[in-house]
Amino acid sequence: MRIKLPDTEAVPDCCRKGLYSCLLPSGLFALLCLAWPRVVNGDVFTVQWAWVPSLDLNLVFRLDGLSLLFGLIITMTGFFVTVYASSYMAGHPQTGRFFVFLHAFMIAMLGIVFADNLLLMFICWEATTILSFLLIGFDHGKSEARENARQALLVTGAGGLFLLMGILLLKSAGFSMTLSALSESADVIRNHVLYPAVFICFIVGAMTKSGQVPFHFWLPNAMSAPTPISAFLHAATMVKAGIYLLMRLHPVLGGTTLWMSTLVLVGGATALWGAIQALGPCDLKRILAYTTLMALGILTLFLGGQTVLSLTAATTFFMVHALYKAALFLAVGSIDHATGTRDLNHLGGLATRMPLTALAVAGATLSMAGFPLFFGFIGKEIMYAGSLAEEMFPLFATGITLSANALMTAVAAIILLTPFAGTLPIHLKNTCETPWTMRIGPAFMGLLGVVFGIMPEWVSENLIQPAVFAFHPDREEIRLFLFHGINLPLVLSIITLTSGAVIYWQKIRMRRGIRFLTDHLWVTTPGLYQSGLTRFLTTAATVTRILQNGSLSSYMSVIVFTLVLLTGSVWLPHAADIVSIPAVTGPYIAMGLFVFVLGAAAVVVTARHRLAAIGGLGGVGGGVALIFLVFGAPDIALTQLLVETLTLIFVSLILLRLPPMEPIIKPGATSRARTLRNAILSISAGLAVFTLISGVVSNPLDRSLTTFFETHSYLSAHGRNIVNVILVDFRSLDTLGEICVIVLAAWAGVHLIRRPFSQRKAL
Amino acid sequence: MKSVILKTATRLMIGLMLVFAVYVFLRGHHEPGGGFSAALLAGTAFSLLAITNGTDHVRKAIRIRPSIMALSGLALAAGAGLPALFFGKPFLTGIWWQTETFAAGTPLLFDSGVFLAVLGAILSILLALEEN
Repeated sequence: MRIKLPDTEAVPDCCRKGLYSCLLPSGLFALLCLAWPRVVNGDVFTVQWAWVPSLDLNLVFRLDGLSLLFGLIITMTGFFVTVYASSYMAGHPQTGRFFVFLHAFMIAMLGIVFADNLLLMFICWEATTILSFLLIGFDHGKSEARENARQALLVTGAGGLFLLMGILLLKSAGFSMTLSALSESADVIRNHVLYPAVFICFIVGAMTKSGQVPFHFWLPNAMSAPTPISAFLHAATMVKAGIYLLMRLHPVLGGTTLWMSTLVLVGGATALWGAIQALGPCDLKRILAYTTLMALGILTLFLGGQTVLSLTAATTFFMVHALYKAALFLAVGSIDHATGTRDLNHLGGLATRMPLTALAVAGATLSMAGFPLFFGFIGKEIMYAGSLAEEMFPLFATGITLSANALMTAVAAIILLTPFAGTLPIHLKNTCETPWTMRIGPAFMGLLGVVFGIMPEWVSENLIQPAVFAFHPDREEIRLFLFHGINLPLVLSIITLTSGAVIYWQKIRMRRGIRFLTDHLWVTTPGLYQSGLTRFLTTAATVTRILQNGSLSSYMSVIVFTLVLLTGSVWLPHAADIVSIPAVTGPYIAMGLFVFVLGAAAVVVTARHRLAAIGGLGGVGGGVALIFLVFGAPDIALTQLLVETLTLIFVSLILLRLPPMEPIIKPGATSRARTLRNAILSISAGLAVFTLISGVVSNPLDRSLTTFFETHSYLSAHGRNIVNVILVDFRSLDTLGEICVIVLAAWAGVHLIRRPFSQRKAL
Repeated sequence: MKSVILKTATRLMIGLMLVFAVYVFLRGHHEPGGGFSAALLAGTAFSLLAITNGTDHVRKAIRIRPSIMALSGLALAAGAGLPALFFGKPFLTGIWWQTETFAAGTPLLFDSGVFLAVLGAILSILLALEEN
């Protein structure tokens, strides 16, 4: 009798969304493949649309070797992740949302690598930040996922702000927002006085995004995302955005001592710390996260170099890492899916149960460890050649590369041997392979690691060389070989593999040591982050308590005080420039009105009843409106009068709701100190505004705008009332913004005024 | 408010005020006035009505909800910028249709949008205050 196996091969219904949405990445991949041969020949495709030309923000997209390489990897990984997720997420209630986020994220990432305009790149950069927040916190029912998503958002978002600053500073140094134009004036920028500031802003942006020490802690925590997302974030996208930025900026900012030393030191520290920590955890996904840190560190380290060799090393290793990391993440997801655990202590002997997954993992880990015949081996050879050719600290770079690689070899052995070799635990007896959709991705990428390893010349000619040429001016031919002959890199490679084996042999002792280290390190950045965040929130709460205390008079004091402080401190040193206070001239009626306004103001200040105070205010407003009228501004006078009238009506409506009239100042209700403070504030505000205006009128007025409007108002806009023409025609976009504000304010006001829902009528 | 004088006066005044608002609106392009001032005037008129005869009267008089009025004003003002796009000009460029003595164009539409948005905003606050 034949036992019917559970039908794991069948594709569950709800994953159709995923399978259909594969068309997007595969279509994009095909498009890129069409352009590929011409890019290899050195062609560069550019498309350009105007967006906001006045801000130098244009939709400029550029396809060269580097963006092609990134684009291919992003779309390929995107395709496999989508296929994979269609099974992995099957049955999840929110698959639609998941695929929308995933593909939006992919498109934002493609936007980063194709954008030639820095502001456009920044917009895509922030889009990936926000989308990764949504993806990491996808299981928003778990507080841990929410917390980690918030952490990633805070760290990378703050870095994004630095990036924006850097872009603006770079614009003032290089007079352009376009990368291709900037690289032509690179010498000017490198010698510019703003260069250090530009560099720091950009490097902080890249470091936060790419999880460099000390901003590394968010990256392992981002593991709360569903596994396909982790694969995508770590292999090809998000965290590589920082690396991409460094590559792109290489021709613009690279080559200085500051650049080289910072990148080598930061990258080296990250690589070593990531590699050491990777030995610690038992969770497979966490191990992979730390190996990503190591990879990002190594990439940064090599981007600090200036020779073709070290840049080739960076580009090659980027490819190596993308291939094996995506395969491993997806495979780990499969293990998790099939067995229900990712804990190394509960896994073993799976090779017989999941043979294809085991093969895929074997391919990926051997590439990761750098065994000969695998792509990783070629990557490692060129890495040693590159680190020896570094301009700054070559020995340090080589040492870091060597130790990090040795640790990687050991970690690769752990990932491969622990779950798949050995005896099968009892609780895993019924494990069987995952659906084909979840196997095809790891298998294909594992296979690519071998294929690329066997034919490195093809890879270097068609992928790496165009990419490196895109961001390095020297056109030295780049060729990768399987066997370079007996040389120093080969010797180092052998040392790496042997010491990796030793570390693997001693893994239990090493692990204990690392746990001790991470637990007892006196100051760890995650701790700093936590205490910083807590302090930040307490400060925010305190500031809110002081500023938003619900008292209208204190709000007013704050506003007036800021006005006096800011304008006063800027303006007062120049107050002496006032040539002369112009003599007050005008019809006598204006004088009369002036006195009237003063009197009304006195009434407001001394009033002891609300009604009197409001009447006084109306007097001030009306008087000012009449002064406008006398001096020939009927438009403003009309509006002012109407606003005054309406305000009076509204205030009286409010007053009708208030308790019966009482004197607003009861004896002793307001302290003398407060009155004094208010008096000082109002008088100083008045003085500040007065000196400002006398400063303005004591200089000859620039009437060019008035002349412009006078000539063009009737000819272009058919109107004789300049004010109205400006409002509805010349500056109508401003007016549109203003009426939006009015409507929004009214909306907010209505909801503040209204009673709770139960008492609401239709608005 | 139960003042017969105010009530009677309002009944007479409100029509005049609204007609005046239309007048102020239409003359805006050449003389002081325009959508904003007209909306303030009409808002004042309706506030008088609301105070004397109650808010139900105002609702009946304006027929549509103030929030809808405000939003359609925004839509109208933004929509007035669209025709320019068909002529290949930047958003909100005035497009004019003119004869020798008369010219009309999208700025008039835009101004109506301003009028509706501001009036809608005033009325929604007014009604919320009165009904609370």
